[in-house]
Amino acid sequence: MTADLQPSRQAGRIVRLAEKGRPQVRFRLDGVDCQALSGDTVLTAVLVSAPAVRQSEFGPEKRAGFCLMGACQDCWLWSEDGGRLRACSTLIADGMQLRTAPPEGWQ
Amino acid sequence: MTPPDAEKVVIVGAGPAGIRAAELLVKAGIKPVVIDEGLKGGGQIYRRPPQGFTRPPKQLYGSEASKAVALHTAFDRMVAAGEIDYHPQSSVLATAGNLLQALTPAGRKDFTYDRLILATGAMDRLAPIPGWQAPGVYSLGATQIALKAQGVALGEKIVLAGSGPLLTLVATQLLKAGADIAAVLDTSSLRDQMAGLPGMLARPGLVLRGLLMRAKLGRLYHAGVKLDRVENDERGPLAMHWRDARARAQRTACDMVGLGWHLRAETQLAGLAGCTFDYDQSWSQWLPRTDRMGRAAERLYLAGDGLRILGADGAEVAGRLAATACLADMGLPIPDATRDLRRLDRLERFARGMARAFPWPRDAVRAVPNETVVCRCEGVTAGQLRESVSFGGAEANRVKSLARVGMGRCQGRFCQIAGAELIADKAGIEVCDAGRLREQAPVRPLPISSWVRDA
Repeated sequence: MTADLQPSRQAGRIVRLAEKGRPQVRFRLDGVDCQALSGDTVLTAVLVSAPAVRQSEFGPEKRAGFCLMGACQDCWLWSEDGGRLRACSTLIADGMQLRTAPPEGWQ
Repeated sequence: MTPPDAEKVVIVGAGPAGIRAAELLVKAGIKPVVIDEGLKGGGQIYRRPPQGFTRPPKQLYGSEASKAVALHTAFDRMVAAGEIDYHPQSSVLATAGNLLQALTPAGRKDFTYDRLILATGAMDRLAPIPGWQAPGVYSLGATQIALKAQGVALGEKIVLAGSGPLLTLVATQLLKAGADIAAVLDTSSLRDQMAGLPGMLARPGLVLRGLLMRAKLGRLYHAGVKLDRVENDERGPLAMHWRDARARAQRTACDMVGLGWHLRAETQLAGLAGCTFDYDQSWSQWLPRTDRMGRAAERLYLAGDGLRILGADGAEVAGRLAATACLADMGLPIPDATRDLRRLDRLERFARGMARAFPWPRDAVRAVPNETVVCRCEGVTAGQLRESVSFGGAEANRVKSLARVGMGRCQGRFCQIAGAELIADKAGIEVCDAGRLREQAPVRPLPISSWVRDA
């Protein structure tokens, strides 16, 4: 961890503190290849590489989950086929294709 | 095993309350159905990481490791022996009559019951502060789940703020795991904390442990603060702006904020199942009405933090009591509940002391600026809520209809308590007279495709 006054601004927001030796999992986020670890939730996996999981429909800000226990419904995102999933209560799996915005033509 | 004419008992929730309730029923020869949202039994505070994680229980649960292991072992043993009909990763979304409708990994599933034990637990109780809707602001519970179940911190430089036992606990756990904590900001003053101490001394060991943890936080910990706002850019938090106990303005740089003011009972299913609610002044929230054993209505029992916020130890006791009441009502032999009832009294004295020591930040919520988002789901502001009160009437369900506070996807779980506070303040009435949001099924959003059945 950095001890700087101003945190460094990396792509993701997750800092792994323990159990970093788990097997790697490959998935795609918005068409880009990403890596996570087996046992990560989709939320953890996405936030390793990105600062948020979706755009709020009601405000200017993005969203990155809030309660992590399936209560707030903040972390729903899309899979490439248009299906939706709640990131905090779904485990990442090899080959998952995820989107932080609805797929083309999805209404 | 269960004789064919035995009554069917369903338990919702496999945390400390649900597990202990199931255990007692199993001992009486009943095979209960246990429906739980988790990947594995244990609930939130004793939540287990997914497959493949290897940190030992002591590292995950600290001083509570032996209790966690005992619960997990008891639960796994019942599952392995086929003594309970266990449905993991399954959410009960609606109930009416003697029917529960659930979403399971295999799709929609209906369960019927003769008796229902709800052990649905609790979640963080949140108060709005300007900027809390930004990505990178999380609940304290989320902060702890991330560490426990995923081994991660949700940011590089962390400010934890709010009040209650979780604040100190999460800070201590994160520090120990190597996270970088910039400040721990407690909105409860040292005077509040002293006022709660006599009640909390019902559990002197816990008080001592809390004080030791507090001592370890050293200069990171500040009591009696006021939270002004989270300063954000589009990526999330840059700093927390706050005032210390002497009202001096402070700015603490961070890229993650964890917020929480103790707990809020999860009562949606209890409401749908027909519970009556009373406003509890010391917990500043509506709680279901039951007898001492947890009987809420005919064939309906409640246990754990979804009934009374006593924490995990209290949930184990309440789970046993609810199952005992259930067995008694079925005319079956019951274990002696005297000791558990005595324990419950002591745990309740402690919990009320704690509620006094770490109170809901009533005045701060009432004073939030108009532009503060109250409803995170739909971005409804305090100003919009106040306006709807002045032309729509000072009642939570009216304000929900008019301003959509409580209408969003979380169904009021994170805005209801603050919303009622703002309604009461604007209308000059007591919070308990601002009403309680009616529950609506489904109590969680679900994909329509999973619910629609072919004709």
